Amino acid sequence: MTLSKAATQSDASVHSTFASRYARVCLPRFKMPDNSIPKEAAYQIINDELMLDGNPRLNLASFVTTWMEPECDKLMMDAINKNYVDMDEYPVTTELQNRCVNMIANLFNAPLGETEVAVGVGTVGSSEAIMLAGLAFKRRWQNRRRALGLPTDNPNIVTGANVQVCWEKFARYFEVELKEVKLSDGYYVMDPQKAVDMVDENTICVAAILGSTLNGEFEDVKLLNDLLEAKNKETGWDTPIHVDAASGGFIAPFLYPELEWDFRLPLVKSINVSGHKYGLVYAGVGWVIWRTKEDLPEELIFHINYLGADQPTFTLNFSKGSNQIIAQYYQLIRLGFEGYKNIMENCQENAKILKAGLEETGRFTIISKDIGVPLVAFSLKDNSIHNEFEISDMLRRYGWIVPAYTMPPDAQHVTVLRVVIREDFSRTLANRLVTDIEKVLTDLDALPARFSAKLAANDENDDQVSRKKTALEMQKEVCSVWKKFVDERKMKINGVC
Amino acid sequence: MALSEAVSDGDAYIQSTFASRHLQTSLPRFKMPESSIPKEAAYQIINDELMLDGNPRLNLASFVTTWMEPECDKLMMEAINKNYVDMDEYPVTTELQNRCVNMIARLFNAPLEDSEAAVGVGTVGSSEAIMLAGLAFKRRWQNKRKAQGLPSDNPNIVTGANVQVCWEKFARYFEVELKEVKLREGYYVMDPVKAVEMVDENTICVAAILGSTLNGEFEDVKLLNDLLQEKNKESGWDTPIHVDAASGGFIAPFLYPELEWDFRLPLVKSINVSGHKYGLVYAGIGWVVWRTKEDLPEELIFHINYLGADQPTFTLNFSKGSSQVIAQYYQLIRLGFEGYHSVMENCQQNAMVLKAGLEKTGRFTIVSKDKGVPLVAFSLKDTTRHNEFEVSDMLRRFGWIVPAYTMPADAQHVTVLRVVVREDFSRTLAERLVLDITKVLNELDQLPSKNGNSQNHHFMGKNGVVNMHKKTALETQREITDVWKKFVMARKSSKVC
Repeated sequence: MTLSKAATQSDASVHSTFASRYARVCLPRFKMPDNSIPKEAAYQIINDELMLDGNPRLNLASFVTTWMEPECDKLMMDAINKNYVDMDEYPVTTELQNRCVNMIANLFNAPLGETEVAVGVGTVGSSEAIMLAGLAFKRRWQNRRRALGLPTDNPNIVTGANVQVCWEKFARYFEVELKEVKLSDGYYVMDPQKAVDMVDENTICVAAILGSTLNGEFEDVKLLNDLLEAKNKETGWDTPIHVDAASGGFIAPFLYPELEWDFRLPLVKSINVSGHKYGLVYAGVGWVIWRTKEDLPEELIFHINYLGADQPTFTLNFSKGSNQIIAQYYQLIRLGFEGYKNIMENCQENAKILKAGLEETGRFTIISKDIGVPLVAFSLKDNSIHNEFEISDMLRRYGWIVPAYTMPPDAQHVTVLRVVIREDFSRTLANRLVTDIEKVLTDLDALPARFSAKLAANDENDDQVSRKKTALEMQKEVCSVWKKFVDERKMKINGVC
Repeated sequence: MALSEAVSDGDAYIQSTFASRHLQTSLPRFKMPESSIPKEAAYQIINDELMLDGNPRLNLASFVTTWMEPECDKLMMEAINKNYVDMDEYPVTTELQNRCVNMIARLFNAPLEDSEAAVGVGTVGSSEAIMLAGLAFKRRWQNKRKAQGLPSDNPNIVTGANVQVCWEKFARYFEVELKEVKLREGYYVMDPVKAVEMVDENTICVAAILGSTLNGEFEDVKLLNDLLQEKNKESGWDTPIHVDAASGGFIAPFLYPELEWDFRLPLVKSINVSGHKYGLVYAGIGWVVWRTKEDLPEELIFHINYLGADQPTFTLNFSKGSSQVIAQYYQLIRLGFEGYHSVMENCQQNAMVLKAGLEKTGRFTIVSKDKGVPLVAFSLKDTTRHNEFEVSDMLRRFGWIVPAYTMPADAQHVTVLRVVVREDFSRTLAERLVLDITKVLNELDQLPSKNGNSQNHHFMGKNGVVNMHKKTALETQREITDVWKKFVMARKSSKVC
């Protein structure tokens, strides 16, 4: 009689996922583990930890797309193992990028013939796009100065203090001085007149933003162009303009086609736009377009052949995934002009609903403008007792991620909350958000002011929750109020959210 | 009696995919289409065009991973709408990146305590990683020179002529002179002695490659370290080393643990590795690790808060997908040390099988070494009648993509074919490839040689020349046509592959 052996305790393939010993072991955080683990266990462990990340679709801080159609998801999954840079091996994918560049250039009214190929490239995001554009400006300026026999060791770029951090990175990493036009209370974008005043012989370009990160406003590029043209005529410096249309590039052509901000203005030599913001693609794709071939110095372009054939390359990144490029092309042909227009109109309408709801509470000042990126930036009218950071924290409990931040100089005393309206933020969600904000206001009204509320208003890196109260009595008082609050809540009949 | 209307022709919902009119119209390539099209049509059209791209798994030119386990694919797809840079909103994803940095730093023997956090960052690829490392070196060198009151306007970097193009990009974009140690026939990596001779007071670092792109060889970093230490002692310049371990970083620790090339050598201050090569993740992830905090100047790190809380950022790219970071962590814990070791051993064994098969044909010289990246680089012994480019072209017909290219200066007369053995290149495929190469050799033997011996090669220089032959003699054309005709007739009776 043979004795059959029962499956041993360590037979991982038999155990259900959470029965296996892997769910008990703490994973190393500093050193690679010595042994392998089954793939199901690896999947489950990582998946479970990631549950504690925020929900991307409720992340109202971000401009970046968080939803795409399942058909597009399928295309992206199929392309996930294609390395974009192998242009010789994947000619169709390369062709799709070229088509996107052409379409976007034409959307921006680049001076091109009917079948003329545009000058531009797909990047990983607007950061890379801006660095490439800045490099092109810097090199052109250097070449021009050398031809004139003038020094080239002190280039600068003029922009508003409201620029996104990638301009500061560009300036610091590529050794260009950043001359920032300061903001003022109530005026949160770059003032064209002040910008032109700052231009000197070392200015490689003036950067205007179409869709400021802080409050969504479009800068007046036309005015800047006109003033700069006048100055160029006097000085002979020929200073160009770059438009950072990271957010606005896929909004203005659909909602405000008569607004002149793009290549229709003669001084605009390059434009960048984020495919992953209102281009409606997941994170990881941006575009930069130059007006003509002359605006992109040939010496910056590399030609390589070790992947098998000649490949021109002018990007900072080399290997990267192909799926976002394919997704961008999908969106451009799937939606077409009318589709994008419909979506932007919806976003704008939903932004207005949200704004109306907030105004109705009577507690907020709206900082964002109606014309611009569909977002609502708002401040408390009275932040002496509670401030915007507390509202932001309390909204988290309802699941919403709404950031609060301070304005850059010279408006650092102003704090705003910002809600970005993306494609997938429907009217229902807008109404719900207003309801939840009202609840938060009610909850806050019942609380006493925080001990260091005044300090918080000036502190840029604020995290209210980790403040430690120094006075014991204050602590006890707050404690009793919270207790009362919780007791009252238990008695309320809350609708399930 | 009500008349019901028949469904009109234009009702796209009913028509099967290929019946709809959308598959009859040519898609715009230059301008965005005016109208939307149904998502199924958009998906089908793009999917179909992409069928004409090469098959990523048969792309033997690339080092970049082309296959991952389905569990990992699932994790990646679920994270596809997470913007990595929102660190405050996705703290777990950020934590996973930190864990990967810690594990990789320890894999490279960084001098760290058990629970000390390593200094490093995830990037989009080794290009970005190298630019960040180079920036850090440049800034440190500038600070040092300024402190000594010496000029800092002429930095240079010493490296071999076999460097990947991103070093040339770094040099050109960040205005650092590139001093290349030339190769010679039979010696295709950087000679440490010559490199050290080229070092001067303006050298910001010497870059060694662990796993040369051309033939997979590891450079002798230890010898470089020893020679450079001596020179530093004499000169007092304190020149550091950077190791570009894009390919080799995930091979050497598993196959050659006794090989000293990493932080065990005192002059090595930073290392980059591609997660998407032998880190076994799809395209789009690299890592750079610094020895200590001092090696990364604080002034290069930015702190922003407009996404809601303080976020330090030192990368060139800002917004990007999170999937690859999660996938890297999956691989590190799923495989562990033993898993990676097994995969690398398999790759090496399969490379040996391929090498043996090629040697057996008697027609090739093997240019790659046994020790190094698992790849086989080989040349024809006799190139008087046919050359490696023709072999490469003919292999395409069998589905294989095997690139041929010329070596950089001073070995431009040498042409090689290169097959990279990745995780998913099994022994079966290796044997099949040898069979197909043998077939190709047979076919080439029957063809007359192309006109003239001086072919237009692809050069490894900066301005590549695309290989395009035009036959000038009509008789040769006819002769070749006859041979092809004969060949096709013969093939028709051969077995189905």
